[in-house]
Amino acid sequence: MSFYKIIEEFKNFDFNGYFKKVTDEDIRKTLLKEKLSYKDFLNLLSTKAQDHLEIIANRAHKSTVQYFGRVINLFMPLYISNYCSNECIYCGFNKKNRILRKKLSFKEIEEECREIAKTQIRHILLLTGGDRAASPPEFIREAVKILKKYFSSISIEVYQMDENEYLMLKNAGVDGLTIYQEVYDEEIYSKVHLSGEKRDYLDRLDAPERGAKAGFRMVNTGALMGLGETRSEAFFCGMHAKYLDDKYLDTEISISLPRLREAEGGFKPNFCISDKSFVQFMLACRLFIPRAGLTVSTRESPELRDRLIYLGATRLSAGSRTGVGGYAGKKEENTPQFVISDNRSVDEIVSTLKAKGFQPVFKDWELF
Amino acid sequence: MKISVNGESEKILGGTLMNYIINKGLKPDAVIVEYNYKLIKKAEWENILLKKNDNLEILSIVGGG
Amino acid sequence: MEDELLKIGDRVFKNRLFTGTGKFASKELIPSMLEASGSELITVALRRVDFSSKTENILDYIPENITLLPNTSGARTADEAVRIARIAREAGCGNLIKIEIITDMKYLMPDNYETLLAVEILVKEGFVVLPYVLPDLPLAKRLEEAGAAAVMPLGSPIGSNRGLETASLIEMLVENCLVPVIVDAGIGRPSHAAKAMEMGADAVLVNTAISSAEDPAIMGKAFSLAVKAGRYAYLAEIAQESKLAVASSPLTGFLR
Repeated sequence: MSFYKIIEEFKNFDFNGYFKKVTDEDIRKTLLKEKLSYKDFLNLLSTKAQDHLEIIANRAHKSTVQYFGRVINLFMPLYISNYCSNECIYCGFNKKNRILRKKLSFKEIEEECREIAKTQIRHILLLTGGDRAASPPEFIREAVKILKKYFSSISIEVYQMDENEYLMLKNAGVDGLTIYQEVYDEEIYSKVHLSGEKRDYLDRLDAPERGAKAGFRMVNTGALMGLGETRSEAFFCGMHAKYLDDKYLDTEISISLPRLREAEGGFKPNFCISDKSFVQFMLACRLFIPRAGLTVSTRESPELRDRLIYLGATRLSAGSRTGVGGYAGKKEENTPQFVISDNRSVDEIVSTLKAKGFQPVFKDWELF
Repeated sequence: MKISVNGESEKILGGTLMNYIINKGLKPDAVIVEYNYKLIKKAEWENILLKKNDNLEILSIVGGG
Repeated sequence: MEDELLKIGDRVFKNRLFTGTGKFASKELIPSMLEASGSELITVALRRVDFSSKTENILDYIPENITLLPNTSGARTADEAVRIARIAREAGCGNLIKIEIITDMKYLMPDNYETLLAVEILVKEGFVVLPYVLPDLPLAKRLEEAGAAAVMPLGSPIGSNRGLETASLIEMLVENCLVPVIVDAGIGRPSHAAKAMEMGADAVLVNTAISSAEDPAIMGKAFSLAVKAGRYAYLAEIAQESKLAVASSPLTGFLR
């Protein structure tokens, strides 16, 4: 069984037709329910739902506070390599892009750790570009061992791996896996992933499940909003997360809906997603899967992120650098994977959160 | 003479309202009196001479929700 | 934690549990109940004197500093209620009056229509009027306009002890009334009282549940604590909401 089975069931589903027929009454009925079906999820993703946004937001906020408390988890991304053998036309690390390719040595990794450890951050998202040869699983494992000395929680966002490799990394101390489908529409998927391992749609699709099977405590899925038609993509994001949430009871599922920003190479998104729709999709996900986390990266502006904590967000990256390394102060011109909008430091974000009545959490898990 | 007290007919010999109250064994401070459908202050009770067919409502404050 | 005082007419109350003197096994239990609960307002009624029994002045059992709230129970029309109100004031009960007009002897539902009439008359005569009604928002707004000092919606029929059957209707009043909303009748357990306060009621009136308890003093204390708990829970929620904008769409207004 794979999530693909569910995608197949919706292959001929007329999303636009359904969305057009949603009425105010449908929205009201949906909001009266505790447990939402996929139809309720669709209702909340429809244009009609935008007329009810404040009420939806209210419920979503209450639900978030109920399940998560007034707590925001903070983490920092650390890119240790931008070598990539994939040709993803939307990404700054696209193998065809002429950028400075860099891979950190273990010494450099340790320097980065020391620098990051000066902040309050204790949860790291470790990233590499999609190049197995340049950054093989063993390399990542060794990096993880270094990180373990400084940080209590490590997630990885790297190329697709098989279950054994995930298991190996879990045993080395990784407790979370982040991997985005990027786009659930198969046709578009093949159009934006021109070559490389990542081109394998099914393998990519099943990666989060392999991670859950391997036993990662946390699995974070998502799609890059803008590659495909946004409402249906948000739908599949939610359905994928729900599938994993229902099937793997001991895995914490988190959803991300990163909005495509201009990358190096100048790819422009095919589909538009306004702030309003972005918020709407987050709220819909929150109500559809009350226990799933919602992660918002620094792609989004400070103003919007500050609002999003009342709109279902539970995890934020802080003080991010999206080039390779970048924390330990080397002045190299380092191409970022995406352009950062929220440049606030960890301390600034912490003060803002506290001022808004939220508790920033750096460490909510310690492996024994 | 006959007067009406709390909806019931009663025979009395006459006298002031205050007399009546005291003779009934009631504490003046504990009751309120409507004399012929008008509230009468306690100070006035001495001055009222009861006559035939007078109507008295004698009320008190009791427990209630 | 500071809560604002409850203002009714020209009185202020710190304690949001109002009590009643009805149905006590013995009047001697009233002073200890008042002390244990800290209630600052208690209802009394007016009745024809029963000549066959001793007249005890119930006021002897109520400390001087407790506000009396006479009710018009027994009245079946606005006129009767007005008459009782005047008598109560004359009797030295002050100018507070709870309008209770009941023509339905089966369920003891208040007559909302006659109640509105009584309020209109008594407000003009300078009374501080607290009408006991079946929760009805349009009526509540009329009562407000007529000058009622509060609205007292019933939680469930008198004596039924079914708690807040009318919760959703009471919520409407809480959200839309400008005068205090005091839930009366049907509150059988401290948890009912806590719920009413959590919903945003300004006070609750509890009589039978306390007076008929094995130990009214202890039950009075239980209710008092429940009222405080519910009130703090309500205030805690309000405190958070006020951190967000005062706009009508505080969460998503920025998206317009």
